[in-house]
Amino acid sequence: MSVRHALLALLSEGPKYGLQLRHEFESGTGEIWPLNIGQVYTTLQRLERDGLIESDEPEREGPQNRFRITESGSAELSAWLSTPPDMTSPPRDELVIKVLSALRVPGVNVHDVIQIHRRYLVELMQQWTRLKEDEADFDLQFALVVDAELFRLDAIVRWLDTADGRLKRAALEPHAQPTMPRLARRLVVRR
Amino acid sequence: MSFLELRRVSKSYGEGATEVHALADIDLSVDRGSLVAVMGPSGSGKSTLLTIAGSLEKPTSGEVLIDGASLETMSHNDKARLRRRTIGYVFQDFNLLAGLTAVENVSLPLELDGVQARKARVEGMSALEELGLADRATHYPDELSGGERQRVAIARAVVGERHLLLADEPSGALDSTNGEAVMRMILAACKQGVAAVVVTHDAQLASWADRVVFLRDGRVVDQTVPPPSPESLLERSKL
Repeated sequence: MSVRHALLALLSEGPKYGLQLRHEFESGTGEIWPLNIGQVYTTLQRLERDGLIESDEPEREGPQNRFRITESGSAELSAWLSTPPDMTSPPRDELVIKVLSALRVPGVNVHDVIQIHRRYLVELMQQWTRLKEDEADFDLQFALVVDAELFRLDAIVRWLDTADGRLKRAALEPHAQPTMPRLARRLVVRR
Repeated sequence: MSFLELRRVSKSYGEGATEVHALADIDLSVDRGSLVAVMGPSGSGKSTLLTIAGSLEKPTSGEVLIDGASLETMSHNDKARLRRRTIGYVFQDFNLLAGLTAVENVSLPLELDGVQARKARVEGMSALEELGLADRATHYPDELSGGERQRVAIARAVVGERHLLLADEPSGALDSTNGEAVMRMILAACKQGVAAVVVTHDAQLASWADRVVFLRDGRVVDQTVPPPSPESLLERSKL
């Protein structure tokens, strides 16, 4: 997550103090992502050094100093908002590695392994959904963050469901499916 | 006491070599006021479980109890009355009658149960109002959007004094916003004391439930434990 750009976005509304930025960042993300005040000031110093923001008193540090976004800061923010994050290469996902590994370990039933993770994810989703039930109606930003987390977890559950079905079919027709090592090699090549 | 209880319920179709076991030894109990989701892939037996729980189909073995009464010993008429008065069904494709308006669809089960037409209509209107559909009451199903049709179906399922709500993929082909609205309505019914079972393959829908039961090849393989308070998520993210 880019704290740097999130702070620029908050400063695009007008000049602000460090403590105020921290408070607005946390409340703006439904307090799901806490921010250390030290991290706020370090980030502000770097933004100032790069000419993306300026302060009332450049020599002074601490809570009395107010920051404002510069023209190049606004340009940087605008470019960041419309640049998609890099999602070209698959992340080295621990859960995917666990399921692939379960296939190779003698005596381990991969479907049981999948179910353990599926249940854990659904239990987490139940907790996130409860939060939405209680608070979403009156806090739009919080609801957006919770939705994002629910969709992320949901995508993993769907992958587990698909893997479960694919492995079941593969067991019924062992020669019709590509083997896992070939699949793994292809992913490595693409990287 | 559980309002709905399935005890060692099994269901098979066909015989001998062609016999298919749709459900095997299912134990499930649902209290009033609670929402249970049954999650599983296509062909796992979810819909069969629901039709058996709703007395639309008989199990091959095992027992179903609704409000403590066994369906097995109930007469045909008693079961029909139970379906009209106590159980509300919500289907994936809504199953609204095309020739009836929204309010007529909702009040029909009451009229079939002998409630006077005018009184049934008043109750139907009140159920539609609760779901924000008062201004659509005189529209026919083909004049309603998918989300509105599903809300009418839910109004029909909860109208009167229903205590058991059975929903089969209730968000059907709806988008996630409408799907969420459907689950909020079912949850609202539960808060008024209804026992509800939702079968779905969708984890986001299932996550609205108090308990999620996982079905695989006709068997319950796992279920969630009651989650800790959601505040623990926020505490954890602050570590």
